[in-house]
Amino acid sequence: MIAESGHYGLVLALALALVQASVPMVGARKNDPVLMAVAGPTAIAQFCFIAIAFAALTMCYVRSDFSVVNVFENSHSAKPLVYKLSGVWGNHEGSMLLWVLILSVFGALVALFGGNLPARLKANVLAVQSWIAVAFILFILTTSNPFLRIPEAPLEGRDLNPILQDPGLAIHPPLLYLGYVGLSISFSFAIAALIDGRIDAAWARWVRPWTLLAWMFLTLGIAMGSYWAYYTLGWGGWWFWDPVENASFMPWLAATALLHSALVMEKRDALKVWTILLAILAFSLSLIGTFLVRSGVLTSVHAFATDPTRGVFILAILLLFIGGSLALFALRAPLLKQGGLFAPISREGALVLNNLFLVSACATVFIGTLYPLALEALTGEKISVGAPFFNATFAPLFVPLLIAMPFGPLLAWKRGDLLGVAQRLVGAAGIAAIAVAVIFAMEGGGPLLVPFAIGLALYVMAGALTEIVERTGLLKVPLATAFARARGLPRSAWGATFAHFGLGITLLGVIGETQWSLERIAELKPGQSIAIRRYDLHFDGVTARQGPNYRELAAHFTVRRHGDVVGVMEPAKRSFPSRGTAVTETALMTRGVSQLYLSLGDPNPDGSLAVRLYYKPLVLLIWFGAVVMVIGGALSLSDRRLRVGAPKPARSKAALSPAE
Amino acid sequence: MTRKQRRLSLIGAALGLLALAVALVLGALKASIVFFNSPTDVVEKHIKPGTRIRLGGLVKEGSVWRGDSLAVRFEVTDGKRTIPVAYQGLLPDLFREGQGVVAEGTLDPAGTFRADSVLAKHDETYMPKDVADALKKQGHWKNDYERKLGAAPQGRAQ
Repeated sequence: MIAESGHYGLVLALALALVQASVPMVGARKNDPVLMAVAGPTAIAQFCFIAIAFAALTMCYVRSDFSVVNVFENSHSAKPLVYKLSGVWGNHEGSMLLWVLILSVFGALVALFGGNLPARLKANVLAVQSWIAVAFILFILTTSNPFLRIPEAPLEGRDLNPILQDPGLAIHPPLLYLGYVGLSISFSFAIAALIDGRIDAAWARWVRPWTLLAWMFLTLGIAMGSYWAYYTLGWGGWWFWDPVENASFMPWLAATALLHSALVMEKRDALKVWTILLAILAFSLSLIGTFLVRSGVLTSVHAFATDPTRGVFILAILLLFIGGSLALFALRAPLLKQGGLFAPISREGALVLNNLFLVSACATVFIGTLYPLALEALTGEKISVGAPFFNATFAPLFVPLLIAMPFGPLLAWKRGDLLGVAQRLVGAAGIAAIAVAVIFAMEGGGPLLVPFAIGLALYVMAGALTEIVERTGLLKVPLATAFARARGLPRSAWGATFAHFGLGITLLGVIGETQWSLERIAELKPGQSIAIRRYDLHFDGVTARQGPNYRELAAHFTVRRHGDVVGVMEPAKRSFPSRGTAVTETALMTRGVSQLYLSLGDPNPDGSLAVRLYYKPLVLLIWFGAVVMVIGGALSLSDRRLRVGAPKPARSKAALSPAE
Repeated sequence: MTRKQRRLSLIGAALGLLALAVALVLGALKASIVFFNSPTDVVEKHIKPGTRIRLGGLVKEGSVWRGDSLAVRFEVTDGKRTIPVAYQGLLPDLFREGQGVVAEGTLDPAGTFRADSVLAKHDETYMPKDVADALKKQGHWKNDYERKLGAAPQGRAQ
């Protein structure tokens, strides 16, 4: 019964989505306020019905109802409750349902909090949002129905893939989807503006908070996925330039560019056409990401060829939305009025430069991700485009961007003074130069790259702080005055500072991890030790344990630093009988922002155990930086400017900033 | 500057950057892509020693030999041809005799494949995609895998 009511809820949601996709748009054309007002309530109702469907599937998982195919294939009665819940989106059908749920959440949010939007714009935005919903609900109902039953219910399920049974993966997909799908709002706004043929600075003000919100979730989701890969896969890498990762990274780059260009549009009424195009591109990249991950092309071209319905359906959605929106853009963009003028050396100019670099970097990732697929489809030749490709293309495009980054916020709008800004950045450059010298001396020669990379990271961080230091007069006026001034600064200024500073932190972590990481591989017998840096790990022995749905062989290590015990590490091998597979549980020990990382290989017949030990300096900064960036986003989101509507006195948008 | 000059400088910057990006991409594609080969491909294409490739196939039953300090030797087969592989280090969790594997490295003059990495990345079916395709080509495809491959992909970051 539960599964059927979920299925029914989804069908009703489709019907509502069809109404929402058509009626408000007719209303907007005929200027009929009653028809336009249909959009809001249907968006909320659509959300409710999809929520019912999602809740029904969740109930099936919690109750381990193995008569539902989806539950049978991805769950097990002995699985801990949290993984029963995360199992709902740990598979194709469930994750598509989550996708649609989040789409409808954003639709409902616009309906609830978009009170300050002009009625026509709101009606059009919600209608476009609903087109997407129609396409994806149809996709679920026709090709990926999670509510299908098995006539004779099996007694036990096949369990979730063990490497997905992890707290990191329980929250990673929802965060990532909130980001991915959140970009649909900017897309809907862009399409609505094109349909209306009208766009102004106020449009940018409405669209920016939504983009910012999606960007924050996307940042968190990517960071979370990266940390999960780091501790789960057992070989200490945190980014592999794997197509699935790139699928989430490309929309992030586009969304970052969009945030910056919307700023120009909002402040100076320029770059309008470009901003619209970016909004379309950002969501198109989300759709391409969904296609890559969901159609099965990455897993096997054969799986795609033998069961093409899903892949072809998503491909059709992709072509319809991307092709359609770009065609609309080509038709309508020339009608939009060109915006204000600015000199190349100005805040606007810097933001354009930012956009050019981000979009070029995004394009290289796009080529590296899709080229192997295209080549295989066309010639049958299989290649792997791995980290060396991306390091050789992405890094050279990102370094100039990082060098230019501190200049942007210091340049004036319209006409800037490059020399003056360079003088103001002397302090930041000085800090970087000192760091380069110190590290060069510490390393005692060695490759020049490392000191300079660290110098760059510190320059980015110091450069981000320069504006705040100047505006508060810190170091010049009494501390109390500086504090008072700091409180008076707009939150968006703090937001930009945090976000840029966070990028510097991440960069520092990336450099530390990639350049200074140490690795030891050894075979140990109980009683033997392994040393890394100043740490000494003593192998005490192994214990066998029984978990809820796995057996575990845990190795016990005592960690000493200069002879003092600082803790224990217990890496383990878990075997899951329901799937006949084993996973390695790595052990991590955090020392400041660095980590010791210990993972197990196979036990040998002579009783020794193969271990892999890493010392990862500064590694935690990679994810800490991402969190700082998100805090920056939240600060910017809470800025008064974004809460106060432009044309009418508006209801508060404060509810949009959950991070507060 | 006039409006036209400003626009031209903007377009110039965009084109310059585009040219840079294209140059980087082409350079990197030439230098850093690695071709995937099955043991049959290695023999038939006469791959030269020293060329970096990915070798994929099944780990031959009974071929795994472990030496001192984590040295491992095994043979990779696609049912038709077999290539010996030497590797030093930890093997991924899913490395097993009779299972699919992808190794990256170079052939030495004696015909042994010196792997510097043995691939641990996989999908839920525990069969690397390249290996599955290569085995299909050789007609050694287990029905069991076929059924599982039809199921949903569950990659890393969903």
